[in-house]
Amino acid sequence: MSAEPSVASSSTPATQHKKTTRGGTRHFTEGGPVKKDGIQQAKTEGKELTKEEKQRLRKEKKQQKKSKEKKDEKASQESEKEKKPVSSASPASQPPTQPITPKAPSAVPTLVPVPASETPAPADKPAKSKAEMKAERRARQEAERASKQGKKGEVGQQAAPGKPKAPPSELQPVVKRLPEHVQVDNPEVLKKLAKKLERQQIPLRSDYGYKVSLFSHLHQYSRKAPLTQQLSIPSTVIHPAIVRLGLQYSQGIVAGSNARSVALLHAFKQVIRDYTTPPNEELSRDLVNKLKPYISFLNQCRPLSASMGNAIKYIKKEISNIPSQCKEEEAKSKLLNCIDRYIDEKINLAAKAIAKSSIEKISDGDVILVYGCSSLVNHILCEAFEKNRKFRVIVVDSRPRLEGREALRRLVQRGISCTYVLISAVSYILPEVSKVFLGAHALLANGYVMSRVGTSQIALVAKAFNVPVLVCCETYKFCERVQTDSFVSNELDDPDDLIVTRKGKTQLEHWQEVPSLGLLNLVYDVTPPDFVDLVITDLGMIPCTSVPVVLRVKNVDQ
Amino acid sequence: IKKDHLVEYFRAQMMKDPDMASAVAAIRTLLEFLKRDKGETILGLRESLTWATDCLTGVDSSVAVSSGGELFLRFISLTSLEHQDLSRCKKVMEERGELFLEKISMSRTKVAKLCHTFIKDGAKILTHSYSRVVLRVMEKAAAEKKRFSVYVTESQPDSAGRQMAEALRKLNVPVTVVLDAAVGYVLEKVDLVIVGAEGVVESGGIINKIGTYQMALCSKAHNKPFYVVAESFKFVRLYPLNQQDVPDKFKYKADTLKTVQNLSEEHPMIDYTPPSLITLLFTDLGVLTPSAVSDELIKLYL
Repeated sequence: MSAEPSVASSSTPATQHKKTTRGGTRHFTEGGPVKKDGIQQAKTEGKELTKEEKQRLRKEKKQQKKSKEKKDEKASQESEKEKKPVSSASPASQPPTQPITPKAPSAVPTLVPVPASETPAPADKPAKSKAEMKAERRARQEAERASKQGKKGEVGQQAAPGKPKAPPSELQPVVKRLPEHVQVDNPEVLKKLAKKLERQQIPLRSDYGYKVSLFSHLHQYSRKAPLTQQLSIPSTVIHPAIVRLGLQYSQGIVAGSNARSVALLHAFKQVIRDYTTPPNEELSRDLVNKLKPYISFLNQCRPLSASMGNAIKYIKKEISNIPSQCKEEEAKSKLLNCIDRYIDEKINLAAKAIAKSSIEKISDGDVILVYGCSSLVNHILCEAFEKNRKFRVIVVDSRPRLEGREALRRLVQRGISCTYVLISAVSYILPEVSKVFLGAHALLANGYVMSRVGTSQIALVAKAFNVPVLVCCETYKFCERVQTDSFVSNELDDPDDLIVTRKGKTQLEHWQEVPSLGLLNLVYDVTPPDFVDLVITDLGMIPCTSVPVVLRVKNVDQ
Repeated sequence: IKKDHLVEYFRAQMMKDPDMASAVAAIRTLLEFLKRDKGETILGLRESLTWATDCLTGVDSSVAVSSGGELFLRFISLTSLEHQDLSRCKKVMEERGELFLEKISMSRTKVAKLCHTFIKDGAKILTHSYSRVVLRVMEKAAAEKKRFSVYVTESQPDSAGRQMAEALRKLNVPVTVVLDAAVGYVLEKVDLVIVGAEGVVESGGIINKIGTYQMALCSKAHNKPFYVVAESFKFVRLYPLNQQDVPDKFKYKADTLKTVQNLSEEHPMIDYTPPSLITLLFTDLGVLTPSAVSDELIKLYL
């Protein structure tokens, strides 16, 4: 953290200006390293601290204690959050005490991470008890003691801030941060998000319409108000390829897990091609910082999927692994190759491998049920048909997306005989079915399958009829998240999609005027692993419970 | 080395030690084949070993033979790429083959050591057909001075259950032979069910003598624990979704496959028990739940 301010200060003037005027904490750290050298010199030269300096030290200690106590009291109150930056800034605002003491650098890093971790903590405030606050205070005091000892005979002050950070993080209870997109009903989190977006110069998208109370913690946007309307033209902050991509996402032009990931990677390729390293910057660090506002923007247009998240992690890792002595052109072409290889390996070749494994599971005379439009499942069925397997397909569809029609079109074009039903008829049609093939949006670490809403229903009914359920999923969609129900983290689509005009009458047209009426348009649901018999991945056929094993193997590989 | 020699050697091995698993005999044969092979390349060696395994599967079509052969191949070829000289490579492979053989001959003892503690004093056990591993477990339990009684199903069409009853009588264990149809009737009297396995599949389910699936379903309905004892070389890279999905080459005896035209008139010798009906599996890799089998398989094969 103490290293960051020096890098941040050399970045674009606009952001630096913003950083110095934002909460007291940043200002604090930037002022610190400059002025404390005076005292540090005195200490290392063995000169005694002057009386004034000693007094200042004492005063500062008192101030810190007071601010800590204040924090402890107010930690249980919600309104306190805004005062905290103020309270930690109040020691900062007293210039004589703040930079001089050699303890300041150690106090600063410990104070800074604690507010940072405490601001999300009150979001789940019942979790933090008095005991935990006491433990933190103790940890901080121990850290300061340790740093004081460390400073005796140590010339490098920068090393010390590193040390006190280690003990507090060990002793502090691990504060789990909930992602922002599932805390929409929490005003502090929204304020934080607004601040972050303002810093990145991205417009904030406002929620639309009445939200069903069970899902009030999720965003609900309207398709008629895309984020791009609020952007100025030309947009200097966001690359035009990303703006286009964002619009395609929010309007639903690019939909489907694989399609969105591939489009994202292609847009990033364009960004990398147009990128030039500013002077005095390293490509490996600056490019990652450039990508952050793009990712926030895309997140605002449409929440990121798990596959996109994994792709972004991969790209960031590749970028930060670029050696500093690499020339720009070389680095860029290397990155472009990496992205191409990722798309090839993880998506195209994986599809081929999965098709090969699944052909063994399709026998002649099979009646296969598919739901919605999964690019992978369609690919498998077309491949099996090419290999002269005799089977027929039942396509199950549901409103409002009616994606099954697209799947139907693709299969019929190849000459596969298909039947089309709506999801309400699935228990009627299931006695005829021999196998169910489902696609997945993501596979969670506890074996649950996250997929289009309606999938878990199909799996449940299939299980009741003893029909085997097979899920096809590439390994790049496996994610470390754990979820046991469809409420905690989901996506709410535009509620106006549910409005339909039949025979000249539009029943729900004025739904907003009815105060007790809410429209809910969910996008995803999770299927428990008991309902899934087999998962076909590019690594082979595995049971649903072995997803963490695959994740472990993958992490070892990388 | 010709096919007939191979088959003869295999049959001789089986005859020599009737207590040995057919997979172990197959692996001995493959080791002998490796020693006598005059191939010039590693790839050729692997191909001929695969061919030999296929021959042996033609003689004895149990799942264990093919799984054992595949595992043998994997085990010995793990380090074969280091040396330039072919003869040195072969030597290394032979040494590893011997090591593998030694390990798996100890596997039954390991399984018995793990499982006998689950047989409590005064227990009533139900088992199916003739399994040498289950026999070994019961031997160990009897040696530990535990008193238990056993119900064995007859297991038609070959009445292998009677053979099991004979062997148990020799151990002075009180044993009753029951009809295959009487499994539901007798289950309320028993405390636990222990069966062997011919193969353990990727999902954690097992392939065993026909009638096992029925027994597993009944014990689930009665809430009795259903234990499976199997050595680790029986783990096979198969993933059946239901009974139909098990390949025909495992379902029938090898001779039947060769002679009979219309397989639908033949009765299958094995069935598939899904993992949801199995409580625990005892293997030489440890005591596993069915979902851990996939973990072990990934470790063994990947």
